[in-house]
Amino acid sequence: MDKLHRMRLAKDAMDRDWADPGLDLDAVAACAGYSRFHFVRAFKDAYGETPGQYLTHRRIERAEEMLRCANLTVTEICTLVGFSSLGTFCARFKARTGLTPSEYRAKHVGRGASLIPGCYAMLWAGGFSTARSEKHSAAGPAYGDDRESADRRAET
Amino acid sequence: MIKGLAITTVWVLDQDRAKEFYTHKLGFEVRTDMTMGDGGMRWLTVGAPGQPDVELTLMVPGPPAMDPESAEMMRKLVAKGALGAGVLATDDIHGDYKKLKDRGVEFLQEPQERPYGTEALFRDDSGNWFSFTQRREGGLDLERDWAC
Repeated sequence: MDKLHRMRLAKDAMDRDWADPGLDLDAVAACAGYSRFHFVRAFKDAYGETPGQYLTHRRIERAEEMLRCANLTVTEICTLVGFSSLGTFCARFKARTGLTPSEYRAKHVGRGASLIPGCYAMLWAGGFSTARSEKHSAAGPAYGDDRESADRRAET
Repeated sequence: MIKGLAITTVWVLDQDRAKEFYTHKLGFEVRTDMTMGDGGMRWLTVGAPGQPDVELTLMVPGPPAMDPESAEMMRKLVAKGALGAGVLATDDIHGDYKKLKDRGVEFLQEPQERPYGTEALFRDDSGNWFSFTQRREGGLDLERDWAC
């Protein structure tokens, strides 16, 4: 259980600090008290996806909420949820939701405030691999998957 | 006629630690703490001081209620943080958030304005998540632009 507890601390750090651009793999692994190499594998064993994939899902879920209910541009939202490249953000968003951010907004805007309780949106946004996330498993590089990426911090 | 919820179970990994957490950190009171027989079931319940008719029973997954395999699965779910235990209501979310945080309660989300009120999220010491909510007076606020 100690290993699972440590993985949970790392996942909680991503749930809490998803917008922090300094939240890179080393910082998350440190929350679990693991080296980054062992951490990626242990996290995937526990939650079915890599820490990078999990954090991306979390940020896309926040972006969905902002697109539904906030008067911000797509570029502003891209930055607010922790991506540094608009192209990467749009590609990840579409891989996850099937729509571009603009299409998503056009479909959902004008329906009033978000009525999905924040805790549910947060807890359902990731954590366990599902048919849906497997389908979109090509969503892109994650922690440890693409260490050379110049945009690693934002993307992963 | 059903009168309401009286007791519900929260699965915890260690009853002594959970008792400490729910009393000293959350400020709950112990309602019952008794053991049936030698090494038997420990019935431990806690509740909010202002709500005498609702109790949480803090149970450890295991025999006789659960076979070893089920107990192991339940402990894993709790440790992973997959289980939510409920929503706790407060009339002072910001003050209570600070108080609980100072006592070492692990928050997943600081208080945020939502259409239904102000909400924070925390975990108990086993890994169960709780929503911590101060409801908005007068129902949902659908007028505001909800930049989250």
